[in-house]
This record gives sequence, C-alpha cells and structure tokens, in this order.
Amino acid sequence: MSIDFESRPRLAPGCRMNEKTQQPRTLLMPERALRLNGPSLEIVERCDGKHTVMQIITELQHLYAKAELAKVEQDILGYLALLQKERALDFEL
Amino acid sequence: MTSTVANPLAVIAELTHRCPLHCAYCSNPLELQTRSSELSTQDWSRVFREAAALGVLQADFTGGEPLTRPDILDLIRAARAAGLYVNLITSGLPLDESRLESLVQAGLDHFQLSFQGAREEIAQEICSTKSHAQKLRVLEWLKRHRVAVTLNFVIHRRNNDQLPEMLALAESSSASRVEFANVQYYGWAFVNRDALLPTREQLTQSIDFLKKAQERLAGKIKVEYVVPDYYAKYPKPCMGGWGRKLMLITPNGDALPCHAARVIPGLSFENVKNRGLREIWEASDSFQKFRAESWMQEPCKTCDRRGLDFGGCRCQAFLLAADATATDPVCSLSPQRPKVDAILAGINSRGAGINPPSDASLTKPAWLYRPNPS
Repeated sequence: MSIDFESRPRLAPGCRMNEKTQQPRTLLMPERALRLNGPSLEIVERCDGKHTVMQIITELQHLYAKAELAKVEQDILGYLALLQKERALDFEL
Repeated sequence: MTSTVANPLAVIAELTHRCPLHCAYCSNPLELQTRSSELSTQDWSRVFREAAALGVLQADFTGGEPLTRPDILDLIRAARAAGLYVNLITSGLPLDESRLESLVQAGLDHFQLSFQGAREEIAQEICSTKSHAQKLRVLEWLKRHRVAVTLNFVIHRRNNDQLPEMLALAESSSASRVEFANVQYYGWAFVNRDALLPTREQLTQSIDFLKKAQERLAGKIKVEYVVPDYYAKYPKPCMGGWGRKLMLITPNGDALPCHAARVIPGLSFENVKNRGLREIWEASDSFQKFRAESWMQEPCKTCDRRGLDFGGCRCQAFLLAADATATDPVCSLSPQRPKVDAILAGINSRGAGINPPSDASLTKPAWLYRPNPS
C-alpha cells in the first residue's frame, strides 16, 4: 500500500463523521469508531474527494506552522495509511 | 447510582425473531418471541434516543430477519435522527432493488449480508430454504448504491472447505469487509454442535488461507476471522466483557447483556418499556452481575489476563460447566478444559465428513432447524 500524493482521498461508503453537534467528534465506520481531535480531525475533514494528499499536507503544515514540515507530512501519511487499512478511504485520481 | 460505569458503544436491536430462514446455528434463543410481543415503532424510536443520550454510537439492526418489519424504513430514520450509525444484518431475502434503494435513502450506513456458504446446496442444507441465488442478486444491486457492504460468512465443518470460493465472491462484490466467523456454540448452534464443529486440520488450513488473504487484500477488503473458541488457548472477551460495551434488546424489549444470557439461571431482565436505558445499563442486577471482578473464581481471580478476557463467556461457563461463575471452560487454564478437549477428540477421531458420498442423504446430519415464530 503506497499513497499517491496527487490522489484525492474521500471517506468510503458507510464511513462518516458524527454530527457537528455531537461531541467528541467521531469517525463512524463499519463495526468501528475513531475519536478525532486536533490534527486527526483536520485530516479527516479534508478527505472530501476534493483535496489531494499534497494539498492536505500543505494546509496542515500552515496550520501547524511550529511543527517540523517533514514530521507533519510523515504523520499525515501515517494516519491516511491507518485509515486506508481500515477501509475508511477511497483514493480518487 | 454508579457513575463510574463506562457507556455502551453499540446497541444490538433484535427487531424481530421472525425469519424466512431456519439456520441450524441461529443465535436466537430456543424460545422465540412472537410477532404480537414485538416493540412498536415508537418504542424503538425512544430506545434509540435513550441509547444516543447514553453515549451509544452504533445500532445493529438484526433479528431474526429485520426486513420482515414493515416499519424498517421508519426505524432506520429514527436511529439516524437520534444520531446513531445504522448497521443492518440481513439474509437479503425480503428485498428487491427499489426497497434496497429506500433503505439507503433512509440513512442506512452499513449493509451486512449473511451467507450460509458459497453454493446453493450448502446454503439450503443449513437454512432449509432456497436463498443463495437471491443473495447473489442482492450483491449485484449493492454495487449501484453508496453504502458500506460486509459479507458475513458463518463458518463450520460443512462449509469450511469453501473458503476460497467465499473469498472470491467477496472480491467480485462491492464489499469493503468480509467476515469469516466460525459458529459460536449457543442456542440452536449448541444443539447442533457436533455436526458443526470444524476439525483441527480444517482450522489450521483456514487460518493459513485467511492470513494470506489479509495480506493480499490489505487496503482493499478488510478480512476478519473469528475462530471457534473451543480450539483457542484463551477465551474470547465475550461481548467485550459483560455489561462493558454492548447491550442487546430483544424483540419484546428485554435488555440483555448478551444474546445467550437467558440460559443463566436466576437472572431476570429489565424491559425497556418499564425502565430507561441508562438505569438498566448502570444499575440493573443483570448488567451488574458479572461486570466487576468480585464474582470470579480461581484461576480467573488472580489471573493476569482477567482484564483482557474477563474470564471469557458466562453463558459458555454455564453451558459447559453448569456454573456461570466458573472460568470459561475453553480456557487452557480452566480445570474444566478436559470437557472441551473430550468434545474436540470426538470430532477429530470421527473425521470431518468433508467429502461425503454423492448421496447426501447418507451423510447429511440430522439438523434441528430453527422454526419461524408466529
């Protein structure tokens, strides 16, 4: 499994965020749920089939300007890989 | 009131015990509830709201066959309106494509289609109904709708050798998950156990096959495997621990800590028509009964694994050791383990009957089929 920087991740069918009014914000998926906060929420909110992986990285590097650029990239790729393993993402080209 | 109790994550809603199938391993109790005793749409809607308020994230619609409820669309809408994620576990029988579309439009998140095997013959033998061809039709319809799909294969001695065909079926579908779940021996499955338990050889082969499948399909299809715990070294943390993660509501509204809890003598269950869900979860005798560790005997009581598996399954302890507070007898540390070994020795010395002669009537087990309640 490798991730293409130009692909556009999108939440897979049956994977969605709970409502904005519900706390904590949670990614709901078949037989599983992941609590999201901070960077994980910022990443998942951008998995909309519009942002490319590269754009998500760039936007979060701005958002977390104090963090090391390479570290932000590495964390995002790691998190996307985790979601891919859970079959929570489709990568559209 | 105990405020330290963690909230349940999912509510298993047994919407009905009615079902067009008669599976010999059905997880429903031997005493099935009738249509006239079923909760109304309004009752269920209130249960979903109370569940969400209690912190529940997911509702698992099951049965029986949940699609036999004429109000299924209202129930899905009600659960979604309460803020729950909705899973439907179905045989796919009372369904055509327009009804499938309605289910998805009502807000169904996850469609779980149960299979008895990879072919019509085995499916018919297990559920005593022609059903397989319809399931294949449902798989085609599902490709055209945006919903998560899981294929649930229930595995046992009679179909274990069809695993490659089952996996191929999953790969040709729109499923993102496939479960190969060995039968767990409660209810009807307990009665039919000797015809269902796989052999050790089958188990070894299937573990090897599915491990390779998991690696090959990583990121494409999530392959889940549930072993038959009779062969395990340690017991399963049944239901994630008694009263720790899940709550099951039966068709008539009784709230149970697990599917089989009724087999344990001396337990009585609250009904959602008389008590709020929070009160039942936090304070009812039945949910408290095996929640902490005070009920444990040795070897569980001082075992390092007691926080991992919670002593295993209480119902299995009762079914196999006639003592619901005993260590689950499938545990290798249980003094009762020889009972389980004797059952396995019986299966493995007899051979699996994997390759029956062409005249199936000679080898077909005398199944006790689950009836359809009135």
